[in-house]
Amino acid sequence: MGPDFRVLVRKSRKQAEQYHRLYKEPIPVTQLVREVAAVMQEFTQSGGVRPFGVSLLVAGFDDNGPQLYQVDPSGSYFSWKASAMGKNVSNAKTFLEKRYTDDMELDDAVHTAILTLKEGFEGQISAKNIEIGIIGADKKFRVLTPAEIDDYLGEVE
Amino acid sequence: MSIFEYNGSALVAMVGKNCFAIASDRRLGVQLQTIATDFQRISKIHDKLFIGLAGLATDAQTLFQRLVFRHKLYQLREERDMKPETFASLVSAILYEKRFGPYFTQPVIAGLGDDDKPFICTMDAIGAKELAKDFVVAGTASESLYGACEAMFKPDMEAEELFETISQALLSSVDRDCLSGWGGHVYVVTPTEVKERILKGRMD
Repeated sequence: MGPDFRVLVRKSRKQAEQYHRLYKEPIPVTQLVREVAAVMQEFTQSGGVRPFGVSLLVAGFDDNGPQLYQVDPSGSYFSWKASAMGKNVSNAKTFLEKRYTDDMELDDAVHTAILTLKEGFEGQISAKNIEIGIIGADKKFRVLTPAEIDDYLGEVE
Repeated sequence: MSIFEYNGSALVAMVGKNCFAIASDRRLGVQLQTIATDFQRISKIHDKLFIGLAGLATDAQTLFQRLVFRHKLYQLREERDMKPETFASLVSAILYEKRFGPYFTQPVIAGLGDDDKPFICTMDAIGAKELAKDFVVAGTASESLYGACEAMFKPDMEAEELFETISQALLSSVDRDCLSGWGGHVYVVTPTEVKERILKGRMD
């Protein structure tokens, strides 16, 4: 659910900034995940609220290298090398198990991600109906422009 | 009479070649009366991070307890030790929290950071950080310490020479200050070991 997601994003951004204010260091991925998960768990136990209707995939690059975490509405979180969520999740995970390798380059990873998405995609996949975000060793998160997505899609075809 | 001069203190930290030294005096006084001659002013946060707290002794002790608490929690959560730079930022934030009712202490932080690069810094009682590449001083004897360190310091000293230099700087400075002295306590830290030594100085 989109609105639930926005609340969590706001909360995580604030947590990350608070960490930075205290330690003048970017927050490690594990710490941020822990704090977001704690918030989500709170909403399964407090009165008069309902759990967040979202599962999160949190990806980041810190001193321990690139990391990926999945956080469920219950507040439990799992570390993944590759993961999928939502529609067609079991097929997608099987696909990833076959295609994922530890020494992938970023481009390969984007290709694999697009292919995984294509598996369960209804209709024609295009730059207008998917979003891709990447984070590399420069530790800068970037959402790809439609033009860049088109390039990748072209290579996939 | 300033609150910072109630107990008396002298602290100095110096950077050497892949090592650092941090030294303090040992006197605890109540204005003119000496109460103890073995007061611990420098404390270990972890094997490569030391903090010395000059100024009011009660605030120094309390602040140190708070910092150990924060560091232990950090260790449990992040499963690693704090880097000295991170710790310095934390101390600065904690001190500023009490901006309008401060801790009357001046911290001196010394540690080995990434790749065992020595790091020293000091800050005032409300958390204004001062990074230095050579030495930092604090306490009632700070003015004398500035002079002594400036004269005696050389860059890239090895551990033994660094020990001699910091000891001489400390002892000569506290002799000019009636509120600090009664010996010295020196820690010389290299990537492999921590050497703690007690200095015998003028016992007055």
